[in-house]
Amino acid sequence: MKHTLAVLVENRPGVLARIAGLFSRRGYNIESLAVGQTENPDIARMTIVVDGDDRVIEQVSKQLHKLIDVIKLSDITEEEYVDRELLLVKVNADPSVRGEIMQIVDIFRARIVDIGRNTLIIEATGDEGKINAIEASLRPFGIKELVRTGKIAMVRGPKQ
Amino acid sequence: MGITGAQALVRTLEEEQVEIIFGIPGGAVLPIYDALNETNIRHVLVRFEQAAVHAASGYARTTGKPGVCLATSGPGATNLVTGIAGAYMDSIPLVVLTGQVPTSMIGTDAFQEVDITGITFPITKHNYLVKDPNDLPRVVKEAFHIARTGRPGPVLIDIPKDVAAGICSRGAPERVELRGYKPTYKGHPNQIRNAARLMQEAERPVIFVGGGVISSGATEELRKLAETLSIPVATTLMGIGSFPENHPLSLGMLGLHGTAYANYAVTEADLLIALGVRFDDRVTGLVEKFAPRAKIIHLDIDPAEIGKNVEVNVPIVGDVKLVLQSILALVEEKKNEEWLAKINEWRERYPLEYGNKKETLRPQYVIEELGRLTDHQAIVTADVGQHQMWAAQFYKFARPGSFLTSGGLGAMGYGFPAAIGAQLGNPEALVIAVTGDGSFQMNMAEMATAMENNLPIKILLFNNSGLGMVRQLQHFYCERRYTAVEFTGNPDFVRLAECYGAAAYRIQSPEEVVPVLKEALNNDRLTLVECVIDRDEWVYPMVPSAKGLDEMIQYRDVEGKQNE
Ligand SMILES: Cc1ncc(C[n+]2csc(CCOP(=O)(O)OP(=O)(O)O)c2C)c(N)n1
Repeated sequence: MKHTLAVLVENRPGVLARIAGLFSRRGYNIESLAVGQTENPDIARMTIVVDGDDRVIEQVSKQLHKLIDVIKLSDITEEEYVDRELLLVKVNADPSVRGEIMQIVDIFRARIVDIGRNTLIIEATGDEGKINAIEASLRPFGIKELVRTGKIAMVRGPKQ
Repeated sequence: MGITGAQALVRTLEEEQVEIIFGIPGGAVLPIYDALNETNIRHVLVRFEQAAVHAASGYARTTGKPGVCLATSGPGATNLVTGIAGAYMDSIPLVVLTGQVPTSMIGTDAFQEVDITGITFPITKHNYLVKDPNDLPRVVKEAFHIARTGRPGPVLIDIPKDVAAGICSRGAPERVELRGYKPTYKGHPNQIRNAARLMQEAERPVIFVGGGVISSGATEELRKLAETLSIPVATTLMGIGSFPENHPLSLGMLGLHGTAYANYAVTEADLLIALGVRFDDRVTGLVEKFAPRAKIIHLDIDPAEIGKNVEVNVPIVGDVKLVLQSILALVEEKKNEEWLAKINEWRERYPLEYGNKKETLRPQYVIEELGRLTDHQAIVTADVGQHQMWAAQFYKFARPGSFLTSGGLGAMGYGFPAAIGAQLGNPEALVIAVTGDGSFQMNMAEMATAMENNLPIKILLFNNSGLGMVRQLQHFYCERRYTAVEFTGNPDFVRLAECYGAAAYRIQSPEEVVPVLKEALNNDRLTLVECVIDRDEWVYPMVPSAKGLDEMIQYRDVEGKQNE
């Protein structure tokens, strides 16, 4: 099962390497990892998605917790949270299909952020399901390039 | 106004009451070595940086204070890696200082540059690359705090040359504040109650202890617990010395080369009380067959150890000493007569044995006599191999911190440098390095260090002309096809030791053992005693790979039969 971990870390050089290295050397797979500063510039927050059974997740969490730079770690999988991914996709779009693509963009409430002679760049945000769906809808036109950020997540309601 | 980073470093080391630093200088650490001129901290110049870490480890394990070592950037730093990994696996507190190229050159593949913080991420408890001299005092203070608290371990500080030479105008903070680091010392009261109840009710309990008992200083509490509830005690290799092996409740070591009675007891136990251990695979054998009838209580300061290798019924995260004190307050005296009788039966029927002592020189006999002649009180280090197991099995250790060996990493070359650290930390103690001809050759140049520092260490070298333990594995698992395990180019070790100015003896027959050992032990110089032994000497018992502990091969099953 996929788990979403929210990890607060010291915002210092090398911390990302420590965390990524911990996963690889214990043979755990990171599905996605997104990092950025928080409201406190000394602290960064990572949203890590890992796949594994309860035992694996327990070990991952405990080992992460052992790192001196990890301030707080919570497995928010079972909580109510809002999550988003950002997608940028460059898709083949000669004039004959542009209208159709713009419709799709509308339906997903995405945006066109660049127009080339035969291509469009589209930006979309949403949860994983929505991002997967828009990607699938655009695939028939021919995707030239695609980037996704990985998931960021925040638990609903007042901060605990 | 300020002092240099290097001077600030040395001052902070003084504040941390560092007495000895083991190391070798180089270009990147020139400012640090220069600053050492102004202090009473003793610098011990070793011959190989690996020996500096091992010596620091021997010092730490016998004094309870973090060991400190220092090496230059690049090759100096990489030579430390084996020792750091060993200390990490064995939870030994160390502060490791490395030089680094100047900050302006970091990342350019400069001469003698290596990313030592990157290399040591997985084998340090924490590490630092210091970029500003003003940070040095704080970082050093944090490093000592991290190394010695919680689950102890090595902490590395990488110091670029310009940072050591630059100006530092800040002192160390009063207190260490690390928001991501708060070890748990007190166990959870409910779990403590559960544990106490299970201990009180168990009919066939076994206590099984590791290095955590020694590092938390819990040997007294351990003895009280065992005696109050009449529970036999088995130890891991790292736990040796935490419980006196001449005690009627001692089972000795368990696991791969553990005693038959310890392994049977664990297999039959209805309750296993695991204290400061990590369920290493050399201890459990096949995990599915490990303590199959037992409920397990696991007490450790590192939450990540609990449930890692085996499933646990009562997990307790905390300091072994503190938690045992709480448990002791809850339990009442109890006798487990039937269980202890059964264990004694195993003890008598399946003792540690090795056949004749009189006809040929047997390593087990030498160790037994060494134990007797030193009243089991010496500090003994061992390298890795058969000799290490014989030392663990036959010396009969009585004191915590008296047996030092590379447990988790199993690094050959550990023993002799560790003895150097132990002797420097305990000038009055009798320190003996038990080694093999393979292991000794990895760090034998340190005889020069021992001579230079007038260390009267005794080296007991078992010479079987090869890599005995691997030869044993090939004997059992590769149908005696011996590959790359026999040495034909060994030096004359007695003459070699004499070249360094040490005293040296050679034992070839059993009658020589006692007189030579006596002479060597009374010598106040560095002394090497070489015992020439048969290369077909095996370590028994032995649990074959992927088997349960009770499926071990014993001496009686193999050689005992042949001799009948
Ligand atoms: C650094 C290192 N290299 C290789 C090994 C693998 N190894 C384990 S025991 C052993 C043989 C040790 O030989 P020796 O020191 O002579 O001891 P003996 O087993 O003969 O008593 C070897 C090569 C190891 N443990 N450490």
